[in-house]
Amino acid sequence: MDKYLEFEKPIIELQGKIEELKSYNEDKGGGLEREIGKLKERLVKVQEEIFSNLNPWEKVELARHPSRPYTLDYVKYLFKDWLELHGDRRFADDKALVSGIGRLKDISFVVVGHQRGRKVDEKIKRNFGMAHPEGYRKALRVMKLGGKFGLPIVTLIDSSGAYPGIGAEERGVAHAIAENMKEITMIPVPIIVIITGEGGSGGAIAIAIGDRIYMQKYAIYSVISPEGCASILWRDQKYKKEAAGALKLTPVDLKNLNIIDGIISEPPGGAHSNHEEASRLIGEAIMKAYNELKDIPPPELIEKRIEKFSRMGAFKEL
Amino acid sequence: MQLCRSGEIGRRIGLKIRWSVLLRVGSSPTSGKKLLIYLEQIMKWFQRRKRIEKESKKKDIPDGVWIKCDNCGEILYKKEIMKKFMVCTKCDYHFKVNSFFYKSILLDEDSFEEEDIKIYPCDPLKFKDYKQKLKKAQKRTTLNDAIICGQGKIEGKGIEICIMDFSFIGGSMGSVVGEKVKRAIQRAINMELPLIIVSASGGARMHEGILSLMQMAKTATTLSKLHTPYISILTNPTTAGVMASYASLGDIIIAEPGALIGFAGPRVIKQTLKKELPEGFQRSEFLLEHGFVDMVVHRKYLQDTVKIILGHLS
Ligand SMILES: [Zn+2]
Repeated sequence: MDKYLEFEKPIIELQGKIEELKSYNEDKGGGLEREIGKLKERLVKVQEEIFSNLNPWEKVELARHPSRPYTLDYVKYLFKDWLELHGDRRFADDKALVSGIGRLKDISFVVVGHQRGRKVDEKIKRNFGMAHPEGYRKALRVMKLGGKFGLPIVTLIDSSGAYPGIGAEERGVAHAIAENMKEITMIPVPIIVIITGEGGSGGAIAIAIGDRIYMQKYAIYSVISPEGCASILWRDQKYKKEAAGALKLTPVDLKNLNIIDGIISEPPGGAHSNHEEASRLIGEAIMKAYNELKDIPPPELIEKRIEKFSRMGAFKEL
Repeated sequence: MQLCRSGEIGRRIGLKIRWSVLLRVGSSPTSGKKLLIYLEQIMKWFQRRKRIEKESKKKDIPDGVWIKCDNCGEILYKKEIMKKFMVCTKCDYHFKVNSFFYKSILLDEDSFEEEDIKIYPCDPLKFKDYKQKLKKAQKRTTLNDAIICGQGKIEGKGIEICIMDFSFIGGSMGSVVGEKVKRAIQRAINMELPLIIVSASGGARMHEGILSLMQMAKTATTLSKLHTPYISILTNPTTAGVMASYASLGDIIIAEPGALIGFAGPRVIKQTLKKELPEGFQRSEFLLEHGFVDMVVHRKYLQDTVKIILGHLS
């Protein structure tokens, strides 16, 4: 792992020691297996301890971890015969949001998801995972394709939000988000929504209408970024840590607020520590949800979908 | 600023009214009956004016005899401006007005029957200062939350209507706004009534966190089942979460002149791009130019325009 967060330091150090000892052991021709095993046990313990004591802000950092798997990483591990589909047929192909068809356990799925970049040039190409209207319109187009041919849909969400720019406004980003929510509602196939990293406001909800909504253990989902919240409410971004706590954006919070259906576990060191294992866990969740949904007749599916969202909210009625 | 850019509908109505005055008064063999109808119309018009004055006195119009135009700085005689739909006589700037005011200019007198009056916001996240903020806003506006919904009549025809109120925490959408809009949509579906939503909002209410975001989904998903005409009226400002949900989904979308309409706040965009934004960016006329609203209509022609639309569509 080349990039790590401050609180991951003990983990990284321990991993380094294990690697060192391993190569020393190889050179020596063995004999230190027990010590290595002990260190590995300690690593698991340290990881557990660190990850179970994270404060809200650290959870935000973890959701934004630069090594966290992105949509195309999950696709690589999970979906066979993957074909990426490009463009919204109206304006452009938005590379911040990818879409395509692939096969998981003999079932062809439509997959749409945000794509951030890992290296600088790729980050720019992907616009840091912040989609323009054409990205959301592409997502809708490809999801409708799934509806037309009876392919279930998976959406993977990881974006700080829709891109705030002049072109985005000129091309009606608000309209694109609104239209997506309304149109996705009527798509007659199972839709499984997974927040894999940062579920950022309108940029997330535009592809987060579905029949099952899951969050990965170290993902977040929020109406506004903690930084944005802090600068609006307290006129200063330095209160982002307080805002992270106040916004209640962790999977456990969202489960308590009856927004999500479940939490997908991650490898002990977080999804970024083991992409393959993280993918496997996501694949399991997709198949479980798919099996629950596949036999529901489309009109009932749509009715339940509307009902699901119409229940969300908290108010008093006297 | 032009009064009405799209299809000149507003201006046409204005002219039509004036022509009809000339025709009816000018042509001598007017039957007594026609004259009576005409007089009745004038009476109604005066009554409506009076009612608007009464409503706008109720709330949110700055106290005092004079008010200053936010746009051109002109000092205006308040009584005069109220009669003119709270629009600056010098530059046509549309003052922000509250939900009571829109109710009075859009609906037949005393036709409004408010629904869901017993829904109140709560504080599900125990968000710092939110409770006090709510209390203050409730006291100041006499509203429960940032919207009123119910049935009304326009020229005797029943409609379902929601009017947002910017004076209540910036017209922000939390669970109450979302729920009331959802129920209004459901009533429009069940009673087969046209739906009108007047939006005025800075976006989602962050004090309710993710629940606010879900109100976008709640309203948009429910709208997918509506098959009666839905007129969305965008007033200053309609941005972020509200614009990115029901406000953008009208069959017909009307914007008031000069209103700030968009997704991201101009301040955020400026910060991101680190440059000045073009003149008129995210104003009603900009949206008309880019194809996201059907028309920009001066407030004095708003009701007439809605009448024509309803006449065509229902
Ligand atoms: Zn003025």
